[in-house]
Amino acid sequence: MATEILMPALSPTMEEGTLAKWLVKEGDTVNSGDILAEIETDKATMEFEAVDEGVIGKILVEEGTEGVKVNTPIAVIGEEGEDMSNAETASDAATETKEEVTKDQPMAQQPAAVPAKADRSPDWPEGTEMTTMTVREALNTAMVEEMERDDGVFLMGEEVAEYQGAYKISQGLLDKFGEKRVIDTPITEHGFAGIAVGAAFGGLKPIVEFMTFNFAMQAIDQIINSAAKTLYMSGGQMGAPMVFRGPNGAAARVAAQHSQDYAAWYAHIPGLKVVMPYTAADAKGLLKSAIRDPNPVIFLENEILYGRSFEVPVLDDFTIPFGKARIAREGKDVTIVSFGIGMSYAMEAAEKLAEEGVDAEVIDLRTLRPLDYDTVLDSVRKTNRMVTVEEGWPVGAIGNHLSAHVMTHAFDYLDAPVLNVCGKDVPMPYAANLERHALVTTDEVIEAVNQVTYR
Amino acid sequence: MAKAKTNTEDYLRMYRQMVRIRTFEDNANQLYLSAKMPGLTHMYSGEEAVAVGICEALTDDDRITSTHRGHGHCVAKGAEFKEMFCELLGKEEGYCRGKGGSMHIADQSHGNLGANAIVGGSMGIATGSALRSKMLGHDDVTVCFFGDGATAQGLLYEVMNMAALWNLPVIYACENNGYSEYTKTEEIAAGSITARAEAFGIEAFKIDGQDVLAVNELTQKLVARCRKGEGPFFIELETYRYHGHHVGDINREYYRSKDEEKDWKENRDPIIRFRGWLVEQGIASEEEIEAMNAEIEKDATEAVAYAEAAKYPDVSEVDMHVYAD
Repeated sequence: MATEILMPALSPTMEEGTLAKWLVKEGDTVNSGDILAEIETDKATMEFEAVDEGVIGKILVEEGTEGVKVNTPIAVIGEEGEDMSNAETASDAATETKEEVTKDQPMAQQPAAVPAKADRSPDWPEGTEMTTMTVREALNTAMVEEMERDDGVFLMGEEVAEYQGAYKISQGLLDKFGEKRVIDTPITEHGFAGIAVGAAFGGLKPIVEFMTFNFAMQAIDQIINSAAKTLYMSGGQMGAPMVFRGPNGAAARVAAQHSQDYAAWYAHIPGLKVVMPYTAADAKGLLKSAIRDPNPVIFLENEILYGRSFEVPVLDDFTIPFGKARIAREGKDVTIVSFGIGMSYAMEAAEKLAEEGVDAEVIDLRTLRPLDYDTVLDSVRKTNRMVTVEEGWPVGAIGNHLSAHVMTHAFDYLDAPVLNVCGKDVPMPYAANLERHALVTTDEVIEAVNQVTYR
Repeated sequence: MAKAKTNTEDYLRMYRQMVRIRTFEDNANQLYLSAKMPGLTHMYSGEEAVAVGICEALTDDDRITSTHRGHGHCVAKGAEFKEMFCELLGKEEGYCRGKGGSMHIADQSHGNLGANAIVGGSMGIATGSALRSKMLGHDDVTVCFFGDGATAQGLLYEVMNMAALWNLPVIYACENNGYSEYTKTEEIAAGSITARAEAFGIEAFKIDGQDVLAVNELTQKLVARCRKGEGPFFIELETYRYHGHHVGDINREYYRSKDEEKDWKENRDPIIRFRGWLVEQGIASEEEIEAMNAEIEKDATEAVAYAEAAKYPDVSEVDMHVYAD
C-alpha cells in the first residue's frame, strides 16, 4: 500500500522549512536508512532518511520549495510494482502520520508524530462504590485477602504475631491464620530474611515484615545476592516469589538511623520490583499484586501515611498492576513527578500553584521498578517542564534517573532544565528545626516549579 | 572403617561418586590451567568423602545448599558431567544456561538449591528450605554445606537460633578443611566450633571427614531423626583441601607446608582409603576398580570435549530470567 512521506519537524518549534534537494527520483527503490532529501531550516540543514523500504512513487513537492509546512506530504512511497498514478489524490485522503528520522538528529521526535503510549485505563470501573480507609487498614486487608486466597502465603517478622505488628499492620492476622502462617521471629533481620528466601526457593510466598527498612540493611545480602539474583544465576530454575515490606523513610524526630528513604537503593537492582504507594487504594491494590508477583518485591510503606485516610473502591478482588503511574492531578503547565510521601508535597504545591494560575500535572509513579516512563514522557511532551519530588538523598536519586530518561527521549520537548527536589544531603538530624530543614518542603516544590516555568 | 550402607552396589556407588568428583576437578583444573576456563574456581579435591558420605544418605527430595567450593556437592547430589562442564565453560546447555558458572551451579532436579558464593550466604536459604518442609508437613531434610571460614559469619548463629527454636529438619555440615582462605582455622575460630551449635541446644558431632562410611553412617542416623522432627543437627567434618583456596593459589608454602599436604594426600586420602577397604573386603578387585576409574575418566574426557564444542547462549539471553513472568 502506498504511504506518504511527510515533511519532518527537525525541532518541536519548527513549523516550516525548505526542501533543499531530493536525493532520490521517482521510480527509485529505497531501503530503510537511505537518505531521501535535504531539509533546510533557518538553523540547520539536515539529511532526511527513509524509514521503510519501497519505491518512490511520486514526488509531491519539488526541490527548492520554500515554506513547506511540517507534516505536509512531500512524496509517496509504495511497494514494487504498485500503481501510484493516483497517488496525489490518495495523499489527500490519507490521515495516517508517518514518522521519519533525520540523520543528524536520530532521537529528535516530532510533536505531532508521537502518540500517547501510556496505559490510562481507570484503576476501577466508573461508579464503583467507595469507602474511606486508612493506609494501615488497606495494607492489613490486602494481606488478609491474599492469605485467604493462597495457602502458600505467610507472614514473618519481629512482633508481627502476638503483638500484632509494631505499627499494627498485622492486626488480627494471628487469630485468623494461626502461628504457622504468622510467625514471630527474634530480632534477626539477616537470619529471617535468609530463611524467607529459602522458603520462597521452595515455592512458598513469604511476606517479610521489617519493623522498618532501616533494619533491612542487616539483610541486604539476602535481599540482593540471594533473592534478586537467583532466578538469573540459576538460568530460570528457581526464583524468590516474596515480598519484603515495612515502613521506609523519615517518621518524626527519630534521627538518622531511623529516618532513611531506600527507594533509589532498591530501584537500582535488576531482579527486584519496587513499590512505594501513597494512597490507601494504591497500598491495597499494589500489595495484593506484590504478593501474587513471582519475583521478590520491595514494598516501601511510610509510618506517617499509615494513619492517613483515602477513598478505596469496594471490590471483591482489587489489584493495581505494576508499572502504571497514576495521574493524581491533570494540568498543562508543568509536570510534577513523585511517589510515596513525596506526593503530599507535590499535591500541596500543585494546589497552591493553581491559586497563582499555574496548572500543574501531578504524576504518582506508584512503582519504581518497573517504572512507567510513558506516562511521564506523555506528560512532559504536553507541559514541556518537569520537577521531581522525593524524600531521598539527591545523589543518585530517582529524579536524577528520570531526568536522564526525559533528556534522552524528549529532549526537544523540554523548555527548561528538569529540577529534582530531594531531601538534603545529610543524615537526618534530631532537632525539630534541623529536621524540618533536612526534609523536602512544599515551598521547595513551588520554588522549583517557578524556576522551570521562568516565573 | 565404620559400616553404613551394607550392599555392594551402595559401596561401589560411593566409591564411584568420589572418583567422579576427583576426576571432575582434575579436568576442571586442567581447563583452567590451559586457559580454556575463565574466571575463578575452587577445587573440592580431598574433601570427597564429605559430600558423598552425606549426599548418599539423602534422596532427590532432600535439599542441599552449596558453596563457592561446590562442584563436589553438585556431583554427589546427582548432577551430570556434561551439563556441569558446559556451565563451567559458560555454554547454553549448562545447568544455569551459562549464567551461573563455577560458583553458582544449581540443579533443582536433584534438590541442589545452588551454590552461594557469598561465604555463609546459603545458611538462611537452607534453614528456610527446612522451614518450608515443616510448614508443608513434608519429611524432606535440608543439608547446609559450609566451610570453617563461614563459621565467622553472624548469619550462622542467627539461623541456628531459629532452627533450634522451631525444630527444623536441617543439618549444618561444616567442612573444616583447616584453612579459611589462606589462614589457619585456629587463627580465625576461637574456642570450639561444635560448642557454638551446642550453645543453641543443637546436638553436634565432630567426625573424620576422610572416612566416607563414617560420614554416611552418621548422616543416615541424623537424617532419619530429622524426618521424625528431632532436628536440627550440626556436624563438623575434619577434611583437607588439596589445592589452594582457588586454582590460582599455587604457591602455598607461606601458609602451609608441602609436608603437610603430602601427609594428607598419602596417608588420609578418602579415595585411597576406601579403595583399600573395598579390595580388602572382597567387594571389588583391583581390576574392577581400575576399570571403573577408566570409565569415569572417559566420561569426563567426553563431557569436556562436548562442552568445548557446545554453543554459547544466544546474546538475546542476556536479559532472560531477570524476572519471572
